[in-house]
Amino acid sequence: MSGLSIENLSMRFDLPNGSAVQALKDVSLDLAEGELMSVLGPSGCGKTTLLNIVAGFLAPTEGVIRMNGHAVHGPDAERGMVFQKGALFEWMSVRDNVSFGPRMAGKREADYGEEVDHLLEIVGLQDFKEKAIYELSGGMQQRVALARCLANHPDVILMDEPLGALDALTREKMQSLVLKLWKETGKTIILITHSVEEALLLGERLLVMAPRPGRIHREYRLPFADLGVGQDLREVKKHPDFAVKREEILGMIWDMEEEIMGRSEEAS
Amino acid sequence: MWFLDLMAEFRDVFITVVQALPYIAAYIGIILLTLMIWRFIKRLLTPKKDYGSLKTVTFGDESAVASNYAASAISILLIFVMWGAFTGSRLVPSFLHAPGPFVGTTSFTYTAEADGQAPDEATVTVRVFEVGQEGDAPEVEPGDGWAKNDSDSIGAWRSGLIRVDKNDDYGRKEGHRVTAVNGQAIAPGQSVETENGRVGMSPKGTLNFEPAKGWQMEPIWLPAPEAVWSRFMEIASEGYRGSTLLEHLSYSLFRVFAGFILGALIGIPLGYAMGLSDWFRGWFDPIVEFMRPVPPLALIPLVIIWAGIGEEGKVILLFLAALWIMAIAARAGVSGVAISKVHAAYSLGASKTQIMRHVIVPNSLPEIFTGARVAMGVCWGTVVAAELVAAEKGAGMMIMVASKFQLTDIVIMGIILIGIIGFGIDILMRLAERALVPWKGKI
Ligand SMILES: Nc1ncnc2c1ncn2[C@@H]1O[C@H](COP(=O)(O)OP(=O)(O)O)[C@@H](O)[C@H]1O
Ligand SMILES: [Mg+2]
Repeated sequence: MSGLSIENLSMRFDLPNGSAVQALKDVSLDLAEGELMSVLGPSGCGKTTLLNIVAGFLAPTEGVIRMNGHAVHGPDAERGMVFQKGALFEWMSVRDNVSFGPRMAGKREADYGEEVDHLLEIVGLQDFKEKAIYELSGGMQQRVALARCLANHPDVILMDEPLGALDALTREKMQSLVLKLWKETGKTIILITHSVEEALLLGERLLVMAPRPGRIHREYRLPFADLGVGQDLREVKKHPDFAVKREEILGMIWDMEEEIMGRSEEAS
Repeated sequence: MWFLDLMAEFRDVFITVVQALPYIAAYIGIILLTLMIWRFIKRLLTPKKDYGSLKTVTFGDESAVASNYAASAISILLIFVMWGAFTGSRLVPSFLHAPGPFVGTTSFTYTAEADGQAPDEATVTVRVFEVGQEGDAPEVEPGDGWAKNDSDSIGAWRSGLIRVDKNDDYGRKEGHRVTAVNGQAIAPGQSVETENGRVGMSPKGTLNFEPAKGWQMEPIWLPAPEAVWSRFMEIASEGYRGSTLLEHLSYSLFRVFAGFILGALIGIPLGYAMGLSDWFRGWFDPIVEFMRPVPPLALIPLVIIWAGIGEEGKVILLFLAALWIMAIAARAGVSGVAISKVHAAYSLGASKTQIMRHVIVPNSLPEIFTGARVAMGVCWGTVVAAELVAAEKGAGMMIMVASKFQLTDIVIMGIILIGIIGFGIDILMRLAERALVPWKGKI
């Protein structure tokens, strides 16, 4: 079987003071090849934990991740990761960052050079190849991170709030870029976000998670990602269904947030 | 009781500070005055409104306050002008000089009495010569009466006993005693101010003339800038204590570099091991954390006992000074790596050794450079101190030996050179840092 399957995943963190946090409880999910799924939920509901387990950075207390049929143990080049920020290598030029994966795999410039240049062109950084990372804006840095991930040919791309640190305008452009890359490369993508609009725009499937313990609350299948490919995303947002879904999900998340507040008030 | 003694020391320090306050206030006054003059000149030169002054409050934003180079230049200039003014330097126009010591010929009269004689008056003429010159006492007429006129010569800033009774007709055996100077009564332990100095009387009744000292510093306290410069030229060409200046400084620098490089060679791998392995961290944490707060200067006696005063001991000392600093810097560099960078490298397919080489090590470089700058500064300070204690060559040895012979010009020259070299080392480290870890502080 190809694709990604998450089976009965649970994660408990034992804290030094003796108590424990149930970050995830019995999460199951199948992702077909080429699917784009966004994950939404109030903060602390275990989104990052879920992604870190899929990436192999954390071992779950229960359950298993299967990738193309085999169980996942630890990080691997088949699962690429794009972080919110700070994961680029400042001591390398833009181009060396992008070619990091192929270089670590022992490939030669002749093998990867052309493709790396092509990727830099796709993300619009062909004129910044030899620049240092700290000379780039936040949006450009995220484009480097995307290109670096793609240059390594992962089967699945995991993104943890990749656009969270960008300003609104840059963010919109980057959303289009993500859609474009998804369509062109046909990669399976999981994208965590805390913006409902972004989750709607960048998800064929949208997973809403609930906190304490972290679990799947609801799942949607949405047409907007397909609509958005090659289109102005502002047009997509005008779609009558878009506003309806946005209100529905916003309400859902607000209810959860209120519940969290209520509970913590009780506790105090 | 020791506690009261300690309190008395505190009181003395406090009094000194209070006495210094007016001078500090005057100095601040000069700073503010030059600021106002500077602003005034600037306003004259740029008639437009300067919107820079509308900048919002910038407390706590270090980058908002850049150094004003004009202030730096004036500040340094003022130091040299004051130095020159209070040493009577030829480099400073004489109207800026603080009043110097009296030089020239001056005189005072004394009234002497002797048994069975009427009091008689005579004149003492004193020639005060400049430091470094010799002068003979001027020739004087003996004058009339039984008390004869005297003469003597004294160097500026010195004082001299004058036996006025020696040439008088009645000496001490006949009960000769001086009762007044310039008509003012004087007794043992007392003194009389004269035109160009002060006449005191010793317990035995001998007169003691101190020419007026003025406000300038005596060369053995503070030589003029040109004296320091000429001493610098002399030592640069002829050397001091059998070694040229270059040799002294090279020895000091060699010790610093040797100690620092050894310290870095051992300290950096040690820091990496501590940052990467909990066993190594546990093993070395107590040692490093204990040794780091021990000032390297406190190790000097032990190092001398163990290794003597040769090069070996000094290099060991500087090695120890650099070692802990470099180990802690490397440890911090490794522990400080953002976990997302390591995760990213892992999911890009990098192996552990590749991550070590391409992520951990480069990521730790900024910290290591910070440590290296600190270590070089500490090593430079330590080598000078070690040479002060015991050495045959070196910058510290040079000024220590010079101080024993009161060669203040060499001491000051040495201090200035030590400062310049220390500053130069720091500048070089900063340049290296900018070239090798340009991303430092920009993430
Ligand atoms: N390493 C950890 N140790 C202890 N608790 C953790 C750890 N990582 C996450 N948690 C806890 O697990 C829960 C889920 O965290 P996270 O996955 O970061 O949430 P989200 O990304 O949705 O905001 C939170 O309550 C958090 O405090
Ligand atoms: Mg998170």
